[in-house]
Amino acid sequence: MSIPSRSSLSRRRVLGGVTGVAGCIAVAEQAVASGLADVPPRVPGGPLGLTSPRSQYVHIGRVPESTPGKRPVDPSDAINSKTPLHNLLGTITPADQHYERSHAGVPNIDPTEHRLLVHGMAQRNLVLTMDDLHAMPSTSRIGFVECTGNGWENWKTASPDLTVQQTHGLISTNEWTGVPLSFLIDLVGVDPRSTWMLAEGGDGAAVARSIPLTDEIMAEAILAYGQNGEPLRPAHGFPLRLFMPGFEGNLNIKWLRRLKFGDRPFMTRWETARYTQLQANGKARQFQLRQEVNSVITAPSGTMKIRRGYNPVTGLAWSGHGRIIRVEVSTDGAKTWTDALINMPALPKAQTRFSTHWVWDGKPTKIVSRSTDEKGNVQPDRATFIQATGTNALFHYNAQQTWAIDDNGAVRNVLS
Amino acid sequence: MSCPSRFAFVLAIAAALAEPACAQDFGRPARPDEINLWNIDVRPDGAGLPKGHGTVAQGRSLFEDNCLACHGEKGVGGIADRLSGGRGTLTSDHPLKTIGSFWPYATTLFDYVRRAMPYTAPGTLSDDDTYSLVAYLLSLNGVVPANATLDRASLLAIKMPNRDGFVPDEAFVNSRNYRQP
Repeated sequence: MSIPSRSSLSRRRVLGGVTGVAGCIAVAEQAVASGLADVPPRVPGGPLGLTSPRSQYVHIGRVPESTPGKRPVDPSDAINSKTPLHNLLGTITPADQHYERSHAGVPNIDPTEHRLLVHGMAQRNLVLTMDDLHAMPSTSRIGFVECTGNGWENWKTASPDLTVQQTHGLISTNEWTGVPLSFLIDLVGVDPRSTWMLAEGGDGAAVARSIPLTDEIMAEAILAYGQNGEPLRPAHGFPLRLFMPGFEGNLNIKWLRRLKFGDRPFMTRWETARYTQLQANGKARQFQLRQEVNSVITAPSGTMKIRRGYNPVTGLAWSGHGRIIRVEVSTDGAKTWTDALINMPALPKAQTRFSTHWVWDGKPTKIVSRSTDEKGNVQPDRATFIQATGTNALFHYNAQQTWAIDDNGAVRNVLS
Repeated sequence: MSCPSRFAFVLAIAAALAEPACAQDFGRPARPDEINLWNIDVRPDGAGLPKGHGTVAQGRSLFEDNCLACHGEKGVGGIADRLSGGRGTLTSDHPLKTIGSFWPYATTLFDYVRRAMPYTAPGTLSDDDTYSLVAYLLSLNGVVPANATLDRASLLAIKMPNRDGFVPDEAFVNSRNYRQP
């Protein structure tokens, strides 16, 4: 891509430039044809297939991870796998690039043998097959699922060599299809006094979480069997999972096999010993279930190198409270801010693409983004966030991400 | 019998079928015996906590056979989570969150060990074995004496050291919805 002067840029060209740069990053180094005569001639292509693989020139993939600061990680030792945010375009994550976190591996479940038990404080205790669920009314919704631990690399220190995949790759956005939870609630006649629901998976650990039956959750939760237009991938819960728009990833129970209605939280290991956030005073926040307003610049981002002059800037913003209505970008270390363009539609509780551009003068600087959601929540700067939370929480990190740029144009991860 | 009614599209589908979508259209009633098979959760108030008992000594033996390979001797130094120690570290820069320093409920320990452990064969421990392992793990953390026997009543009587260490978010502590009386 040639570098246009700032004055010649139309909006259309800016957006085109964003796509071009982000797209280049995933593509392998290739010989540059010096003239049109050097471009290889057209030839008949290969036969049609039952599936369409990625181009051999595109290399994108997730990275396995075990715990903050431990790198590299052998996949057999990994507890999660991160989405290559810097290689993706738009807002939808390909299913095979959706981040993954499991607690006892990925079970291989035959859907004809899978059962969902629905019981507890309800008029009817039911056993449902996947055929039963497929026969029910369905709905679809595009939304993010974000691991409670996303951002956990940067609680205490910032390793300068991290990519945005490593700092923020525990979030993905897919379209999820399935049965509205509200339909199940009516179907079994849940006792009006029931205020909590236990959701349990069919994985080895039988991961189980208590879910508060708020009006919002009852209206929005989905028992999902579809993902981006196809049945769930095994890693994401095949044949059935919960989709809980806006709430921490661990609540989106995969391989769902039991729902139990009760009148208080069940206090499983995951909502006591695991996904609770230790504050500076030694007390732990519990049932901090919503994913807060967040954003990150995906290009330029960690380990990339930029050139002096025109640079497109793009990234992703999201909030568990609803829509993103504003994203601001600073290219001078959070001293001044410019509104970025938000790509429409900016869906509630889904990743939203933002972009702007910038002419770099070649001097070291820092670039930052901050997002605002429709409820008025503004993504906090790191100092404010740490002041309120301390550095031991491990989960629910949503401070602004800063990328430092040195005088060679090298981009690296810093705390602020 | 009431039928689903909240969503307009549900009504539309029901109307289209000229027969309301009632519970008998989907699935079958769950039998009490099969509910018991899957109803494994244990709450802090004791709901779900089974009969049975176990001792620290039996738990130590079970631990060495089934758990030590991942969790290390006495629950320390293995590849999996550390299980003891860490008291007094929660405000330090390197908090050690273990059963003794962090877990608020002994019932949660029973629930988790029985549902998820041992990693390679979850769901295979008997209730007695689970009581034994819980007794051993609590003894490693100084919560019960080395000669303790645990059963339903004695497990429920335990107050974990960090029982008061959690602050639930206000938004969910008193979960309510429009369906409530």
